Amino acid sequence: MFGGKRGVVIATISTIAFFAIIAVILATAPGARLVQRGFFSPEHLVRAFPSVARGFLINVQMFLLAEVLVLVFALILAVLRSLPGPAFFPIRLVTIAYIDFFRGMPLLLVLFIVAFGLPGLSLAGISGLSQFQYGVISLTLVYSAYVAEVYRAGIESIHESQTAAARSLGLSRGQALRHVVLPQAIRRVIPPLLNDFIGLQKDTALVAAIGLVEGVRRAQAYSTKYFNFAGFVVAAILFVALTIPLARLTDYMIARDQRKRRAGGAF
Amino acid sequence: MEEVHQAYGDLKVLRGIDLSVAPHEVICLIGASGSGKSTLLKCVNLLEPIESGRIVVDGEEITAEGVDVNRIRRHIGIVFQAFNLFPHMTVLRNITLAPIRVLKKSRDEAVTEAHVLLERFGLEDKADEFPDRLSGGQQQRVAIVRALAMGPDIMLLDEVTSALDPELVAEVLNVIRGLAEAGMTMLIATHEMGFARDIADRVCFLHDGSILEEGPPERIFSEPQHPRTKQFLQRIIDAGRL
Repeated sequence: MFGGKRGVVIATISTIAFFAIIAVILATAPGARLVQRGFFSPEHLVRAFPSVARGFLINVQMFLLAEVLVLVFALILAVLRSLPGPAFFPIRLVTIAYIDFFRGMPLLLVLFIVAFGLPGLSLAGISGLSQFQYGVISLTLVYSAYVAEVYRAGIESIHESQTAAARSLGLSRGQALRHVVLPQAIRRVIPPLLNDFIGLQKDTALVAAIGLVEGVRRAQAYSTKYFNFAGFVVAAILFVALTIPLARLTDYMIARDQRKRRAGGAF
Repeated sequence: MEEVHQAYGDLKVLRGIDLSVAPHEVICLIGASGSGKSTLLKCVNLLEPIESGRIVVDGEEITAEGVDVNRIRRHIGIVFQAFNLFPHMTVLRNITLAPIRVLKKSRDEAVTEAHVLLERFGLEDKADEFPDRLSGGQQQRVAIVRALAMGPDIMLLDEVTSALDPELVAEVLNVIRGLAEAGMTMLIATHEMGFARDIADRVCFLHDGSILEEGPPERIFSEPQHPRTKQFLQRIIDAGRL
């Protein structure tokens, strides 16, 4: 990675120097002490942690649930969008409209519309839900549009000769899709899919805007109570700590995929 | 096959093909690339829709409207130039997929039959390998076994040795010889003239989407009548391929 022993030494020295300079600049800033006390006071960090962490568990529940729903819903969208023939034109049209719409909508707006609009409908089943549920619905609506496109790219990357081979054996179009095309397509799109999930995890913080008391909201509560922002730092650490493993996993899978493709060749 | 026409947009690929194949007959289609050999086979397997004309198999018009294409294809096996095995499945699953899903055989039955076929073609030790771990010749033999597992009445072979290294061609051709000896009805598009001469009951020379000449291999190869056939065969001879 660094090109030998000499490279490691240079990398170490330059890294230390780099961070030392940044530390000096930050520490000598006029407001340094104030920021240090306001954000990084060890005492406040420790005191804010239990409350923020408890709230953060709600973020975790939210994205785990939303991710499962997105995986299923987005796959349905992608399959509907790739239905062939003129008879399915209206279905394709609706799917494309859906994807275009929700890819363009800011999540915050979707949250407001879902959380404040659906209850107004007074419809049994969707009007009396909790903020948690509205949050999951909004995340699923928006992220399914992205992930559907990821799936579609995967489906289209499988050469049509695979479908021809499956059909020539007497498999129906649906069977060819299910047993031959989708298993290969999904394997191919796992890295970009995980990338979208990293985005989804972070965006659970936005659900605070509709009043759900999750990690960020708890941090905010702490700051108004104690006039100290340590809660935000705790929330930030928790979000990053949870995203990094997923990011590394994504990198690893991309690298593995490239290795395999170089070795495989024919397919 | 009567008056079959096929086209991609404005590009006329088949211009009135008339051909009848008797049970157990082996027919080789020869001709330059782009003469319509592959398209003809794909039309018989209904992978390409035809523009006009009709194709009748065993008394049934398979190109008629409303015919269940999946049912027709069960009786007609096709093997492609590029193998087209499913790379995410083992050899065994490649072979058993269609018998289980289409013929609704039990897994045990399909697996037993697959092992019998694999053994017959010297592939029994490859059952649990993935396709990309096999040589091209082995992959193509697996593709043939996969088609045979459906118990087809007719086999269509589309230049099955064209993508193979020269030293792997023989093992695949021997498999096809075995099928011919077992009485399989076959339509074979091929560039292997020596093989066509040995195996075919009848050879058809295709040029520009029509059959210009057909007859027993001895006659086509030693005294071709049509100037185009003469020219084509002369080129093959000049290239040292016959």
